[in-house]
Amino acid sequence: MGPFRQHSVLPGFNLALGFTLLYLSLIVLIPISAAFVRTAELTLPEFWDVVTTPRVLASYRLTFGASFAAALLNAIFGLLVAWVLVRYSFPGKKLVDALVDLPFALPTAVAGIALTALYAGNGWIGQYLEPLGLKIAFTPAGVFVALTFIGLPFVVRTVQPVLEDLEPELEEAAATLGASRLQTFLRVIFPAIFPALVTGFALAFARAIGEYGSVIFIAGNMPMISEITPLLIITKLEQYDYAGATALAVVMLMISFVLLLIINLLQGWSRSRSSSSV
Amino acid sequence: MTAIALPLPAIPARTRPIEEAAWVRRFLIGLALAFLTLFLFLPLISVFYEALRKGWDVYIAAITEPDAVSAIQLTLTAAAIAVPLNLVFGVAAAWAVTKFEFRGKNLLVTLIDLPFSISPVVSGLIYVLIFGLQGWLGPWLAEHDIRIIFAVPGIVLATLFVTVPFIARELIPLMQSQGTEEEEAAVVLGANGWQIFFRITLPNIKWGLLYGVILCNARAMGEFGAVSVVSGHIRGSTNTLPLHVEILYNEYNFAAAFAVASLLALLALITLALKAIVESKTREKPVTTGIQE
Repeated sequence: MGPFRQHSVLPGFNLALGFTLLYLSLIVLIPISAAFVRTAELTLPEFWDVVTTPRVLASYRLTFGASFAAALLNAIFGLLVAWVLVRYSFPGKKLVDALVDLPFALPTAVAGIALTALYAGNGWIGQYLEPLGLKIAFTPAGVFVALTFIGLPFVVRTVQPVLEDLEPELEEAAATLGASRLQTFLRVIFPAIFPALVTGFALAFARAIGEYGSVIFIAGNMPMISEITPLLIITKLEQYDYAGATALAVVMLMISFVLLLIINLLQGWSRSRSSSSV
Repeated sequence: MTAIALPLPAIPARTRPIEEAAWVRRFLIGLALAFLTLFLFLPLISVFYEALRKGWDVYIAAITEPDAVSAIQLTLTAAAIAVPLNLVFGVAAAWAVTKFEFRGKNLLVTLIDLPFSISPVVSGLIYVLIFGLQGWLGPWLAEHDIRIIFAVPGIVLATLFVTVPFIARELIPLMQSQGTEEEEAAVVLGANGWQIFFRITLPNIKWGLLYGVILCNARAMGEFGAVSVVSGHIRGSTNTLPLHVEILYNEYNFAAAFAVASLLALLALITLALKAIVESKTREKPVTTGIQE
């Protein structure tokens, strides 16, 4: 174990680190620890009962299932959008590229009401789906649509820079060796962008798990059917069931921590892959 | 007749070996644009369409009624407090992380990112657990007649929490790539800490800083879940713009809800435009260290 820090001639270490730690503790760490301390007021069996009632289990299934499906759709189409933006030119490309970040910038409540208006039975899109028997708004499918919207930029923005840095020589070599375009994509390009793709998927998934604003408008929020876990926390809070709300929050916090750890590992993998290929 | 140059071998009409056939390109572009239309462009257009559907007068009335104005004021207030505080935090954190080597640095960087991975609802709840009537400080606050939850301070705190990482995470990779040579040279020449920061570091990071501020501000003004938990939804007093949208929507006052929502959508478009401008600035002028020039 070396010294806590290496010597540097630059000033301001104590002030900068001290302020950083104080601020982070006051705004982030102490409040988060409050959830864990408060939930310790429940015994373990009590905690387990609260977080595994049928209604709660149904909300996990919906939250995880819809988040996974939305992240998967975003992985497929995010890769396609990144590919089209990097490789091809078409009118309005710059505008499209800028608008991909819209879900990061648009408040979730706005996204929620806009998607509901579109996908409701009388909406621009819903009116064509309803006769086919496809109900989107006020069903679990609506949750999927909202989560697809908010996760859309992640895969595009993780895959795009890797595609840009890809050396054309590799593809030319593959073509020279007689590979078809599809073979080149599957054997040369896809392995190179795969870590970034998985990272983008994980980011979209993690974001979707905790999402609230855009979902509650379009979901219909029927218990056991279209009720997501974050909404259940709010419901319990409104019934003054603080212990129940806190227990569910702790479950969600632990899921967040695990996902954060996985994403950190994936980003390390992604970085080592892209640096070793250069 | 003899002088006719042989034509160069014709470039085959087919595409270069590392390009797809024209029809494949067109198909992929079409498919990508169709996906973006369904999930991105149409939602954006529909906000403005629904907002203006009942006419200009209804629109203006919806965004100028007293409750809407007070929601706008509260949203601006929360952002005006949260963004500068997180700006100072972001600069301090980036300075500590990028200019020094110390143990536990990776953990610190992960902790800074933590609010991004936590559900907004949970972000709001943890403040209720501390400041709410049932919370740790609740009884003491009630005794002294200080309201935090269901009041403006709670909204500011929740906004602060969800926007903590924005500026730090823009600055850390940027300042990492710039190294410490310039600052060290300034120390040798006798500059003090603040001089180094304002004359050397700040000019180097100004675009990254602006980029972080833009994103931080957009989130601060648009946050819904966290603010919803701590606000209490008191009209004209603890309603931010996104919460006002929800109230109007739940009252089936769709035209007004979309009118207020269109203000937020406009803010998002301005954010994206500024972001594109800042990105083009940083791309035109790649970061160079004065020493190497």
